[in-house]
Amino acid sequence: MAKVPKPNELVIDHKLPQTGWMDTPVVFRPGTFSYPGKPKNLEVVGLPNPREWSPMDEDWKLPDNWKEIILEGLRERLERFRSLRVFMDICVRCGACADKCHFYIGSGDPKNMPVLRAELLRSVYRKDFTTAGKVLGRIAGARELTVDVLKEWFYYFFQCTECRRCSLFCPYGIDTAEITIIGRELLNLVGLNIDWVVGPVANCYMNGNHLGIQPHAFKDMIEFFVDEIEAVSGVRVEPTFNRKGAEILFITPSGDVFADPGTYTLMGYLMLFHELGLDYTWSTYASEGGNFGFFTSHEMMKRLNAKMYAEAKRLGVKWILGGECGHMWRVINQYMDTMNGPADFLEEPVSPITGTRFDNAKSTKMVHIVEFTADLIRNGKLKLDPSRNDHLRVTYHDSCNPSRGMGFFEEPRYVIQSVCNNFFEMPPETTREQTFCCGSGSGLNNDEFMEMRMRGGLPRANAARYVQEKHDVNMMACICAIDRAVLVTSLNYWAPGVGVTGVHELVGNALVMKGEAERTTDLRGEPLAGMEESDDEDL
Amino acid sequence: MGIKFSLTVVIALVLAAFLGVQAAGMTYLFGVIIPYLAVFIFLLGVVYRVITWARSPVPFRIPTTAGQQKSLPWVKQNKLDNPSSTAGVVGRMLLEVLLFRSLFRNTKFELHQGPKVVYQWEKWLWLAGLLFHWCFFVILLRHLRFFTEPVPFFVLMTDRLDGMLQLGLPGVYLTDAIFILAVTYLFIRRVIIPQVRYISLPADYFPLFVLLGIGITGILMRYFLKVDVVRVKELAMSLVTLQPKVPDGIGVLFFIHLFLFSTLFAYFPFSKLMHLGGVFLSPTRNLPNDSRMKRHVNPWNYPVKVHTYEEYEDHFREKMIEAGLPVEKE
Repeated sequence: MAKVPKPNELVIDHKLPQTGWMDTPVVFRPGTFSYPGKPKNLEVVGLPNPREWSPMDEDWKLPDNWKEIILEGLRERLERFRSLRVFMDICVRCGACADKCHFYIGSGDPKNMPVLRAELLRSVYRKDFTTAGKVLGRIAGARELTVDVLKEWFYYFFQCTECRRCSLFCPYGIDTAEITIIGRELLNLVGLNIDWVVGPVANCYMNGNHLGIQPHAFKDMIEFFVDEIEAVSGVRVEPTFNRKGAEILFITPSGDVFADPGTYTLMGYLMLFHELGLDYTWSTYASEGGNFGFFTSHEMMKRLNAKMYAEAKRLGVKWILGGECGHMWRVINQYMDTMNGPADFLEEPVSPITGTRFDNAKSTKMVHIVEFTADLIRNGKLKLDPSRNDHLRVTYHDSCNPSRGMGFFEEPRYVIQSVCNNFFEMPPETTREQTFCCGSGSGLNNDEFMEMRMRGGLPRANAARYVQEKHDVNMMACICAIDRAVLVTSLNYWAPGVGVTGVHELVGNALVMKGEAERTTDLRGEPLAGMEESDDEDL
Repeated sequence: MGIKFSLTVVIALVLAAFLGVQAAGMTYLFGVIIPYLAVFIFLLGVVYRVITWARSPVPFRIPTTAGQQKSLPWVKQNKLDNPSSTAGVVGRMLLEVLLFRSLFRNTKFELHQGPKVVYQWEKWLWLAGLLFHWCFFVILLRHLRFFTEPVPFFVLMTDRLDGMLQLGLPGVYLTDAIFILAVTYLFIRRVIIPQVRYISLPADYFPLFVLLGIGITGILMRYFLKVDVVRVKELAMSLVTLQPKVPDGIGVLFFIHLFLFSTLFAYFPFSKLMHLGGVFLSPTRNLPNDSRMKRHVNPWNYPVKVHTYEEYEDHFREKMIEAGLPVEKE
């Protein structure tokens, strides 16, 4: 694995190459690409062309008719997606999107300008699907699809996190995520994908979650947090699994079961549900909120997502509650009901605690945990002690997908400000709809891609450093499991001293539970504000 | 390369019209046949393009949400940037089409020592783009005075307003001046901003040069090398009444102007200029964000292979029983 340069050694150069972009071949430099999908993972889900290969090799072991497959795939997708068809035709190359991409800002590579990323595909489209391109060729911006072009696609479509920041600024709403999604779909047709996506997909398909946690282990891991919660609060929570007849099915990304700091968010959920006496169940079969199928193809997204409704139906719950996760919520908001609905076996979600009817989710029947909690707080159903978060000075990172694929801005802020006394916003060019990606989304959160992740993470981390310097911020809250996994690394790299937390970890800290012991630490075991001294006395 | 090529083509077009009319006297070709052909290609081409777009379905509801969603009753929704109703979408589209809402958000990034990322105010592209499009629209509207008899009041009014500065004789149109400035700005920006130059294709310079050519010939005709306006109107009226007749004595400059415009018109459907139509069909802008409230149907949704719960339980049954997890089949 390539060594990542130190922050002060990392060269960020926005100078353009001497050669035009069509004449500048792609160079596979370690640290800037992800390892290819392992054959066994492709086989589990039946993806084409499973084999051992490496992007560094000359020969990528493509099928003989790879070109035919790709062009036929493109034709099919042009007929299926108006988005693609329109986006191929109408870009005027005004360049408004160019410096909106975190990867362009952090790498200076011109092909990371969203406009050029799209031109990689558009140039091939022109050559094979437009008269002007066929006749005029390069003059019309058209070029032949070659192996080198395919390699370029692989490099740059796995250097886009599908965060949609560029689409916000585009005067025609051209969405690079859409181009990347379809570009990756095409690449998958000939067996070009990355293991950090295909591995979790295979895991999720067979075991129910990206991490491949088997049912008994899943139960074990959650029960471990039951002990942890008891140690912090003195309250023993009692989660149930695969329980038929529960009112609510709760689904959250498996990352939060597995690693810090997501696990503290998970503890927050468990504490909240216990305190409410919520009639809910976990599922080991649908134990994944996220969907790496979304980073493979529309079909794979549907295949993985299907488990949510299927499990809700099997268990006979009334509705589904979803945890804090980014792309999970883009899939739920913009795809799930269309792909796997109608969910007519479920009921329109109503909060059993407040009686609030979630009209905005009446068709999907799936409610975001932060909406749910915001409603609880608004109705005075939670006893909260925000001073238990006084050791934290918190800012909030809007995760890309809930921001630009949903519009989820006020609910998390309301919750955070109800459970924390010290909250500070980052600059407006980096929050809400203009938020920056963590730099590692869409399946790019692997170690071999670390240099590029740190580059892509620069804009977000830089805004964090700004509030760190200005307001002594030491914690960044977010509602995305990938954020929780990767921001830790990029903040440590660019803004050391700023930690990462889920919103429900903060809720868990502040939540005053019936019969709880006096809390001296937060969920992480860190002393609460004012408790540090008593620690010293003990020593 | 793009600049030289496009400029050469436009100069060749000007020369072709000049020689064709001045030397070969082909006024009927340049005054009647080509304009008719251009209109024909334009209409057919645009309809074809739009139908091609419209024939591809919108499988998923994928608006780019740019404001607060509709959620709990006490959370204030941003109805224009994140609409959940048709009225909201109409509002969003109006803002987009008439005022270039998205481009108005534009910022410019700079990397300072540190590294420190800063975002600068940058509304020039938005301003020049907006001015160019609106001026072009007003100029087209004004040109209706050649094609109508009597001239409708809104055309006369536009004319009056546009010329309200009353500078010189004939009065200078504000839109003429702004049009040239804006197009020039758009060209210069394309050349001097390295990134924009790097992404530019001949197809980006060509329309700018044609537009400049149209603007310059138009201004020359009106203010400097005057052509016989009465006869131009005679030609224009003969074209719209489908009784084409080219009067003698119209200056060659007019034919160059008309030829360039015909070129633009015929080129339109095959080029990026179709963004005029495309913006209305962009799924990230023209859909409400309501897919949790109302099911969006994908016409080609097909069944897929899934790993069912039964298969899952078969695989893990013993481990599940041992862990005390409920199972369907003991």
